[in-house]
Amino acid sequence: MSKRIDVKDLDIFYGNFHAVDSVTMAVQPRSVTALIGPSGCGKSTLLRALNRMHEVIPGARVEGSVLLDGEDIYGSGISPVSVRRTIGMVFQRPNPFPTMSIKDNVVAGLRLQGVKGKKELDEIAERSLRGANLWDEVKDRLNRSGASLSGGQQQRLCIARAIAVRPDVLLMDEPCSALDPISTLAIEDLMSELKDHFTIVIVTHNMQQAARVSDQTAFFNLPGAGRPGRLIEMDDTAKIFSNPNQKATEDYISGRFG
Amino acid sequence: MTADIDSLERPSASPTFITISPGRRVKDLVARILVTGAFLLALVPLLWLLWTVVKRGFPAITSAAWWTHSLQGVLPEQFAGGVYHALYGTIVQALIAAVLAVPLGIMVAIHLVEYGLGRLARVTTFLVDVLSGVPSIVAALFVFSVWISTLGFQQSALAVSLALVLLMLPVVIRNTEEMLRLVPDELREASYALGVPKWKTIVRIVLPTALSGIISGVLLALARVMGETAPVLVLVGYSRSINFDVFQGNMASLPLLIYSELTNPLPAGQQRIWGAALTLIIVIGVVYVLAAVVNRFLARKRS
Repeated sequence: MSKRIDVKDLDIFYGNFHAVDSVTMAVQPRSVTALIGPSGCGKSTLLRALNRMHEVIPGARVEGSVLLDGEDIYGSGISPVSVRRTIGMVFQRPNPFPTMSIKDNVVAGLRLQGVKGKKELDEIAERSLRGANLWDEVKDRLNRSGASLSGGQQQRLCIARAIAVRPDVLLMDEPCSALDPISTLAIEDLMSELKDHFTIVIVTHNMQQAARVSDQTAFFNLPGAGRPGRLIEMDDTAKIFSNPNQKATEDYISGRFG
Repeated sequence: MTADIDSLERPSASPTFITISPGRRVKDLVARILVTGAFLLALVPLLWLLWTVVKRGFPAITSAAWWTHSLQGVLPEQFAGGVYHALYGTIVQALIAAVLAVPLGIMVAIHLVEYGLGRLARVTTFLVDVLSGVPSIVAALFVFSVWISTLGFQQSALAVSLALVLLMLPVVIRNTEEMLRLVPDELREASYALGVPKWKTIVRIVLPTALSGIISGVLLALARVMGETAPVLVLVGYSRSINFDVFQGNMASLPLLIYSELTNPLPAGQQRIWGAALTLIIVIGVVYVLAAVVNRFLARKRS
């Protein structure tokens, strides 16, 4: 199932450092939303705040709310573990579990959540690997180590692992920045298939990638060193890349800064 | 700005590549000789020791009853019997210590690496440092004063094991800590992002990833305490016959057997000493080999 996300007045802090300033944005279901902007503007931080992953860093906290179909993931008593089951994440560097086989990697989330039943897990493993366009490449070596795959395959393995737990939302933090162009293409194709089932939010430094894969684009910028990053504007990707409202967006898109 | 960068640029007049000057060749040769010489020098006492122990101990450990009999009923001047009773003591005392120290040490390390923030973790780290500097005789006397003098228990193999726990603990903690820190945070994050709770991430992802290093560290700590002499001198009496009961009675161990045979001036005693020394080296060697095998096995399983 695919759900919408409403971010309201979200401020993100690392200890005393104010990283992201009062972001309000809406992420549509069944679509790809790209977050772009220069390094350090807080887009990865915002992404990690969308499934409470930033909390694993000591001292990190947020103010404001993030509503998933109207339910605040920062509501009192809400368990971050259950938030992360609903909102999955794929990281910049492929990070398969080195002690597990390819199949065990895919079903790791379910198995660690206590799902048993070999047949059920095998089915989910196949479905998820097919969903990640990896099945044909690995079906003969499901028991080999996940580390034996190439970088692009490992990243698709991580995507299969993330979708195996059936999240509503998939967050991707620069998922292609460590990959070659062919693997990147494979992942971009995959994203356009996955958006029929998941709400996808992707952080990318690659402007062409944002233009190719996303329906909506949000541009973040850093007003100055030591100041918090902020959302400059968010709109349909076509609009942002052809006729943005803000001068800063246009400068960034066209390669002219500040 | 550009002037600064210009000054970083290599002057175009200087040759691009330089030849190795005779001075550098000489320095290189001297450094080679020093490093190789130091290595050989360090090797001399090692090989000498091994050679001496093997040469003098070999007849003893190949004698008929060495591995299967104790010294019960064997007269001081008579070379007969074996070190079965002492071998049992050494292994059992070390194993009991490991059973107590390993879970405790691993849990302390997990706390320090995965949860430890603030004062408690800093104090613990400091105390572990202090503990690792405690001489074995002090650990033995501490156990004597608490376990035997204060709590009123008898001297026993168990008391020895308790002292060995104090000696193993800092080694296990330090090693496990290092192995856990080697596990990349990305794996922890990958697990959290799948909706796996922290404790399960530690048990199912972090520990298995660090397992081979933790196990070989434990085995090395085990090998380390097997040769400890101070605890057996202080905390248990020597016995010439086998005693399976770790809770009471005297129990021999290889260091204790060596120590007690030192008072025997006869050739049979000398033979037993060298034999026991070689036996101890072999037992510790076996543990080291085991550590390497475990490491190799787990590494192969991974690829």
